[in-house]
Amino acid sequence: MGQLQFLTWVRGTGLNLALVMFVLGVLWRLFEIYGLGRKKDLSAPRSTPGASGWATVFRRSLPPPGMLTTSPVSYIGGYVFHVGLAVVVFLFAPHIALLTSLIGVVWPGLPSQVVDFVTVVTMAAMAAVLIDRFARPVKRFLSTFGDWFTWTLTFLPLLTGWLAAHHLLLPYTLMLAVHILSVELLLVFLPFTKLFHAFTVFGSRWFNGAMNGHKGVPV
Amino acid sequence: MVRCAKSFLRRPKMEIKMKSFFENQMPPTATVGAALEQRGIDRREFLKLFGSIASMMALPAGAAEQLAEAVMKARRPSVIWLSFQECTGCTESLTRSHSPSLESLIFDLISLDYHHTLQAASGEAAEAAREAAMKDNAGKYIVVVDGSVPMGNPGYSTIAGVANVDVLRETVKDAAAVIAMGTCAAYGGLPAAQPNPTGAVAISELVKDKPVVNIPGCPPIPTVMTGVIAHFLAFGSLPELDALGRPKAFYGETIHDRCYRRPFYDQGKFAETFDDEGARRGWCLFKLGCKGPVTYNACATMKWNGGVSFPIQSGHGCIGCSEPGFWDGGGFYEALSMPARPLQAGLAAAAAGVAAGVAVTFFNRRKKAAAKSEHETTTLDDLEK
Repeated sequence: MGQLQFLTWVRGTGLNLALVMFVLGVLWRLFEIYGLGRKKDLSAPRSTPGASGWATVFRRSLPPPGMLTTSPVSYIGGYVFHVGLAVVVFLFAPHIALLTSLIGVVWPGLPSQVVDFVTVVTMAAMAAVLIDRFARPVKRFLSTFGDWFTWTLTFLPLLTGWLAAHHLLLPYTLMLAVHILSVELLLVFLPFTKLFHAFTVFGSRWFNGAMNGHKGVPV
Repeated sequence: MVRCAKSFLRRPKMEIKMKSFFENQMPPTATVGAALEQRGIDRREFLKLFGSIASMMALPAGAAEQLAEAVMKARRPSVIWLSFQECTGCTESLTRSHSPSLESLIFDLISLDYHHTLQAASGEAAEAAREAAMKDNAGKYIVVVDGSVPMGNPGYSTIAGVANVDVLRETVKDAAAVIAMGTCAAYGGLPAAQPNPTGAVAISELVKDKPVVNIPGCPPIPTVMTGVIAHFLAFGSLPELDALGRPKAFYGETIHDRCYRRPFYDQGKFAETFDDEGARRGWCLFKLGCKGPVTYNACATMKWNGGVSFPIQSGHGCIGCSEPGFWDGGGFYEALSMPARPLQAGLAAAAAGVAAGVAVTFFNRRKKAAAKSEHETTTLDDLEK
């Protein structure tokens, strides 16, 4: 298989397979999680559970008091790489062109140089949180294979995309193909790893907030 | 073949040159310098030509003179040009070669002893010319091939009743080097596109014991062939090749890297259709299917028709014609980052996902219900037992 054939495969058949797995996996997991249901709580709610749920959705995006100084790498690194990922994925012109072809919606992108800078910052932030995870004994103890694996899955598309844009390491054709393949791996594994928080994070926050509100601890 | 040769001779400019060729016939052993002298070519002009060739091949500035001196002393190599499953587009391209021109290429640099379209001889005389050139220059001649070789059935393409593969093997046997001219010869090209009905293969798949240089393109840039022959004459070796057998000097960078529209790509300014404001302003053609980012060739720098223009400059995206398998590489008008048919199985996937989720939910709920029904209530009496 030549480089162009490889690229054609990852753009065509490979992407089809990955998207099939992604759509299938996301719906499967959403139905599975929300289908579990909860036992009906017969007690009278002590405060407004719904409002507490919505407040928690936003409040948990902010660090709890004191935590920013206790664990700055986790919080600052976390913010930077999440925002950076969103910028790189959704505001790079070729990515927008791809998404437009899929869903038919157009939005303006950022200049390539800006996206390039954000990519480097995002990778630096991801490297920092990885080193932090290694260096802190408690974090290392709590880390499982899934944590290392999902970090790699998230980092590879950034790295290969950046290398492709700069024509480093491999010929552009091959690197672009490797980049798309790495994104496909991410798509396939996302529903079945902790990366699924992309879909469940706000739902679970709302549920926690609502449950606390019901018990009389509104936040 | 005869018809082609005649139509070629009808062109007034060529007629004069061909006449001078017959008048000034020289032994094939003559050096390039002798040929120049015979034709009264100014040495200065020759130096100028090699200045451009040296710069194209990224040789240092001082190399032009050395290159010219070496080529002047070199014997004009005998070149046998074989045409197999091809469209003559490569030859058409060569006849529009500007630096050097076709005439000077044939008269000064090489001795083109066999070429279906360009030679005046036909029939048995033509084949005799090939055999004579092979015999007189055994081990020293260059074979240029355009077109792929059908391996499905030898009868698909023959010359004088002989299958292409046999002509190739016989001709290449005593050759010094082989130049696969054009994408068909280099990688199979159009004849090898799926489903490849003739079983077409590239020249490099059949010639294993001789150096093969691929000069892909549909057609290739003629100057590249001149450059390769000049290098061969000056240094006695072939230029440095990349992993796909192409001279790095010409195929080292992508069209996209050297494209004058590249700044628009970087700014995210794209033509959306061929007649919108972006197209009129000369913005990037990426979204209209330009394959420049994955195509290694020198079109963006050397250009075509005497350096006048190249496809992107004329408003059409690159189709990637110098890459292996470019015919099967998706639509010419589909952008590179856009997949062929991404969501063709999307609905089925969604249905399967929902079905799996519902099935798992059903299973989980049954498990819960079973646990509930098996639950035994503990009473005070039980605890006091």
